[in-house]
Amino acid sequence: MQETEPSGSGDAAASAAATGERVVIGAFTASTLAALALAVVYWRGGQPQLEGVLLGLSLGGIGVGMVVWAKRFLPSGEITEERGQMGSTQEQVLSFTQAFEQGEHAIQRRALLLKLLGAAVGALGVAALFPIRSLGPRPGRGLFETGFRNGSRLMTEDNLPVRPQDIPVEGVVTVWPEGHVGEPDSPTLLVKVGTPDLFGGRTRKQWTVEGIVAYSKLCTHTGCPVGLYQARERLLLCPCHQSTFDVVEGAKPIFGPATRPLPQLPIGLNQAGELVAMGDYREPIGPGFWNRGR
Amino acid sequence: MARWVDDRLGAAYLATKALRKVFPDHWSFMLGELSLYSFVVLVLTGVYLTFFFEPSQAEATYRGSYEALRGVEMTAAYRSAIELSFDVRAGLVMRQIHHWAALLFVATMVVHMARVFFTGAFRRPREINWMLGVTLLILAVFNGFAGYSLLDDQLSGTGLRIAYSVALSIPLAGTWLVSLLFGGEFPGPDIIERLYVIHILLLPAVIGLLIAAHMGILLRQKHTQFAGPGRAEGNVVGERVWPTYAAKGLGLFFITTAVLAALGGLAQINPIWIYGPFEPAEVSAASQPDWYMGWLDGALRLMPPWEVRVFGFELPNPFFPGAVLPGLTFALLYMWPFLEARVTGDRSEHHLLDRPRDRPVRTALGVSTIAFYGVLFLAGGSDVLSTTFGLSVNAVFQAFRIMLVALPVAGGWATYRLCKELSLRDGPVVV
Repeated sequence: MQETEPSGSGDAAASAAATGERVVIGAFTASTLAALALAVVYWRGGQPQLEGVLLGLSLGGIGVGMVVWAKRFLPSGEITEERGQMGSTQEQVLSFTQAFEQGEHAIQRRALLLKLLGAAVGALGVAALFPIRSLGPRPGRGLFETGFRNGSRLMTEDNLPVRPQDIPVEGVVTVWPEGHVGEPDSPTLLVKVGTPDLFGGRTRKQWTVEGIVAYSKLCTHTGCPVGLYQARERLLLCPCHQSTFDVVEGAKPIFGPATRPLPQLPIGLNQAGELVAMGDYREPIGPGFWNRGR
Repeated sequence: MARWVDDRLGAAYLATKALRKVFPDHWSFMLGELSLYSFVVLVLTGVYLTFFFEPSQAEATYRGSYEALRGVEMTAAYRSAIELSFDVRAGLVMRQIHHWAALLFVATMVVHMARVFFTGAFRRPREINWMLGVTLLILAVFNGFAGYSLLDDQLSGTGLRIAYSVALSIPLAGTWLVSLLFGGEFPGPDIIERLYVIHILLLPAVIGLLIAAHMGILLRQKHTQFAGPGRAEGNVVGERVWPTYAAKGLGLFFITTAVLAALGGLAQINPIWIYGPFEPAEVSAASQPDWYMGWLDGALRLMPPWEVRVFGFELPNPFFPGAVLPGLTFALLYMWPFLEARVTGDRSEHHLLDRPRDRPVRTALGVSTIAFYGVLFLAGGSDVLSTTFGLSVNAVFQAFRIMLVALPVAGGWATYRLCKELSLRDGPVVV
């Protein structure tokens, strides 16, 4: 066993010790001043950068002082300690077993009693899980339906109806069903393309109006709003994981992890020339789930 | 004074034992300590924050000093976070220290875990502590995510939407799971309140208990050490806890808190006032989660558009990178000590650490794993990389997919060769 006191002999050691002392004194003093300054800054109204720096100096001064004190002035050196056995000795195990199995009179049907105890505790455990059901509603039809109905006017964020001429060519507007503006499952993109002839693929032309097509804004990957429109290529881009949907090909995904096109909303015009839905989406919007196809 | 306490508790014997304990000295043994200190800072700053945060989704209007948001409608939760940031003295610093401490908490745990892995410290008798450690990592990641989602800002709300969709994709149980957790369809009326309880009470309590168990086992088994003169499997060579080790440890605690304090004041983090309150129909480009979730977001992006659809039932695409991948990841992490013991046939006790170069296969596998998750992490920033370097998103995606396979293979092989080379240069080990 060797344990060395850090102080050696001679002037070199003495001056090293003096330097060490100065460092520690400096550190603790700086810390004290910083703490006082911090209190003043707070009292005078506060300022984030100063607060952080002064708090850092105050804490850091204490820390540096402690470390230098420890390294320079506290005993260091190598001590050896035996590990001993990890597991218990035979005697220890024996005395535990004896203590544990103490004091039981002979029971005839011990196994049965224990099984019944197990069943009772188990049943209570299962019963205790039932209140979890109260945390929320059953999923029901919520994931399959939105607020759109036949005749629902399409309303902007400011609760105003939209007429075809209100949308600029190659422009995009976000709308909701009237009475449900802002609801999280029904934001819908109205995209006006230059000519209706451009619509191809799975786009249902009978659900478009004067070159305007309506798709659900919620990405079919993980539900982020597909907020970016590249007008030149007529592509809708989801910023979360870069799924890309082709507007003139029924919003088919052409890049990224999305597997299904954005559902298309059937739209038409009402008597006043405003855009309306002609029914709800024909399939669940948004990301997939186990029984989505049923 | 001490006499008065001792007359009542009789603690002198235990205290002496504790003070005389020997700890081996190596810088890499301090990484776990840094996690512990980060946790202490989290609890202290966290308690402060609970006095100001309002975990409510009720509609509210901000009327404080930050002009850009005055008069804007938002949830009470978001408003309380904005008020804390601008209208409470030192509130912003405390919030930022808390956030930086969370980032440091997980980072130090990952580095500590890597150290334990590469030195083989998870081997018998320390398998239990390894598993406790993996559990702590999972809980820390969860709690971090819950914590920054509480603020109900646009960025974290987008993250919650993705989490909802991933949970939704779980077969059979998914639709029920999200409806019960969120209280209905996204976003639901209850999620902020529930995340609050989870974040300030449930998870910190479990984390605290597991840390105590983790350190208790460490004390019982004594710390491992590197081989060297005078060191054997049957002993521990180092410093006594008192006074030196304790003083250095306490000093390191203060230095860690000092760094976090400086970061909290000087380095802006999570500027929720720029993101704005969460609106489900809005999103901004360059939406990334906090760093420790980056690998999951990268996996969601890189996953090819494959889905399983049978008879009207489906396994949606996000299920595989969002649920199966982390499930496999953590399952493998848990099982590693037992897998390695089975493959090497080595079931004996180890208290001496390996030098990574002496275990080339394990070290190479470790580097491969880091490469794999590293690529996923970088892929989480695919859109940022595209815009910063002027590359097409398609090109970036393809490149990452190739790297996901190539880098682990190349990195693992290169590491194996390097270990062998270094071992050769060292010559035979003399103990």
